[in-house]
Amino acid sequence: MAAFENVFSFFGLSEWCDSGKQKALISLKSLKNEETAWWDIPFPSLDNLHKACGSIPQSRDLTASLEDGFLYIRPSLRTVLDPITQPLSWMLDSALYLFTNTPWWILLPLFILAVQWSARSWKITAFVVGCIIFYLATDHYTYAMQTLSIIFVCTVLCVVIGVPTGILMARSNTFQRMLIPILDMLQTLPTFVYLIPLIFIFKITEPKLYGLAIILYAIVPVIRLTDLGIRLVDKDVIEAANAYGMTKRQLLFNVQVPLAMPNIMAGVNQTIMMSLAMVVIASLVSAPGLGTLVLDGINNLRLGVGFMAGIGIVLLAIILDRVSKSALKRMNKTYHG
Amino acid sequence: MTSTQSQKSSDIAISIRNLFKIFGDDPKSVLPQLHDGIDKADVQRKTGHVIGLNNINVDIQSGKITVIMGLSGSGKSTLIRHINRLIEPTAGEILLDGENILNLPDDKLRQLRQTRMSMVFQKFALLPHRTVLQNTMLAPMVRNEDKVKSEKEARYWLSRVELDGYEDAYPHQLSGGMQQRVGIARALTSNADFMLMDEAFSALDPLIRTSMQDLLLDLQEDLHKTIIFITHDLDEALKIADHLVVLKDGFVVQQGNPQHIILNPSDPYIEEFVSDINRARVLRVGSVMKPAKTTKKTTGSIAGSIDSKQSLEQLIAQADGDVKGLYAVTEMDKVVGHIEMTQVYKALVRYNLTTSRRAK
Repeated sequence: MAAFENVFSFFGLSEWCDSGKQKALISLKSLKNEETAWWDIPFPSLDNLHKACGSIPQSRDLTASLEDGFLYIRPSLRTVLDPITQPLSWMLDSALYLFTNTPWWILLPLFILAVQWSARSWKITAFVVGCIIFYLATDHYTYAMQTLSIIFVCTVLCVVIGVPTGILMARSNTFQRMLIPILDMLQTLPTFVYLIPLIFIFKITEPKLYGLAIILYAIVPVIRLTDLGIRLVDKDVIEAANAYGMTKRQLLFNVQVPLAMPNIMAGVNQTIMMSLAMVVIASLVSAPGLGTLVLDGINNLRLGVGFMAGIGIVLLAIILDRVSKSALKRMNKTYHG
Repeated sequence: MTSTQSQKSSDIAISIRNLFKIFGDDPKSVLPQLHDGIDKADVQRKTGHVIGLNNINVDIQSGKITVIMGLSGSGKSTLIRHINRLIEPTAGEILLDGENILNLPDDKLRQLRQTRMSMVFQKFALLPHRTVLQNTMLAPMVRNEDKVKSEKEARYWLSRVELDGYEDAYPHQLSGGMQQRVGIARALTSNADFMLMDEAFSALDPLIRTSMQDLLLDLQEDLHKTIIFITHDLDEALKIADHLVVLKDGFVVQQGNPQHIILNPSDPYIEEFVSDINRARVLRVGSVMKPAKTTKKTTGSIAGSIDSKQSLEQLIAQADGDVKGLYAVTEMDKVVGHIEMTQVYKALVRYNLTTSRRAK
């Protein structure tokens, strides 16, 4: 490892280097004294430099200090975030309780009504009824309801937070420029990575842990498409509204939001599908539902269990997609024929 | 509905004074150069600024139709948007009841747009998610007025534009002409005394356009709104204008009575503009005749009489193609002047042709 030692001694830094050297255990590898050819110069990475100069930290010190830093701010983060996010836990808990404890013969007609009202298509309603009967018959009903209740709470929150954010974004170019990198990051961050900081901050048994992970992941499309939808509203119509003296508020609620609705609904559809994707992964951090069965299938190599749960998830995905898309289609029809 | 419209016809409702609009990063810096009379293309090359309006002075008469005509890029749409300040000017003033519109604070401006000005758009600009009736009720809705009363009003105006039975349709279910009639009903329901019409009929096909012009003139006969109408179509302008303003490259080339402009074009641009029109159909007997005072003695016998509002074409038809003869011109059955057929044929020939022949 003479490659960098000479460099440090050339600059007269040997003393500084040696002062940082720890008395490490001598490993067999270091005793072996490998011959290195002149072309075998390693990249001056942290680890390689550390070997030459003990005062330079190793790569693992970097990750360790990140961890230390995170642990250091954790208590203060917790005191701030814990109360703010507590309602999320309550909402998830109560939704789970409500969906799993209401008898199936009450919930089933309610579902039929809800689906029929939003989709206005007997075909889709019949499909939904078929799926629920499938869940009931194969005893996947409770799991499916758990998954559905989590998606329900998270989607509602995504819309409640995302639509106003999108409106603000459409109104201010500065805000848009600030938010876009954050949205890009949320969308490209691998789903597992979301979980890491959340596990640090919250207890793994808390529902808000997976709730937050799902919301962060799924909120992006609804924000983006609200922004886009409002920016795409016909300039002529906006001008007409201004010419008749509409206030900003009237313009927003009577013109911009209604005309952006098809785009906003497309965003909601995306958000629902992304929450479904995330709720399965969130079973790693104790999110109940069909995802736990998949996890069980993977962990214990129980192919059948995992496969059945997979089918259940696919059916749920089809239901959510068809219902929200036909609601969107109906809306487009009244507007544009 | 028209109780406020009893002013004298010559009253000036809005006067536009020294209005400038320059598009660019620093419009004020270009302003001093304009007074020296610099060419539009020149300014654009030198400063990167585009002149929208260059020293506009127009008086808009109350209860009349003022038509602002010009080719695309002449600044006519920019000008009409200054009247309700959808576009902010660079300099100048627009006086309405002695108050400069351009100084109004936001809430006063909004009130002005809600109560005094209505607007009709080239692309109709109806709200696609509202029914025809709801669209018509836009202005009262913006003013938060009583629903029942405004609905009654909206239904009345929809029937005036012959759209009864379409109240619950959506705009996309209507044809272009019908959509624009909704646009007009919407403007009338606002009950404002000013109506700004931005190329309102330009997007319609020729037959529908003619019928819409007739509808507008029909409505104007009882309503006497102050209408500012933008168009690039000279025939349309001549048909509906009481006062015609011709714009070119952002400045006013000529303004006045449309008949007067045809007979006395002030510059080659206007001459070229008016050269393609059917003069026999556009010119009225009243604008070509010799007034009764100047023709003290009428030579020859009078072949017949004709109303001063009739076109030269109708006179030629009445004379059965005769090239000589004298006709009495009447207004409300009173003789106001005389017209000779030779005069009629002279008026049909373009101004520059007659002058050049005379020069020889």
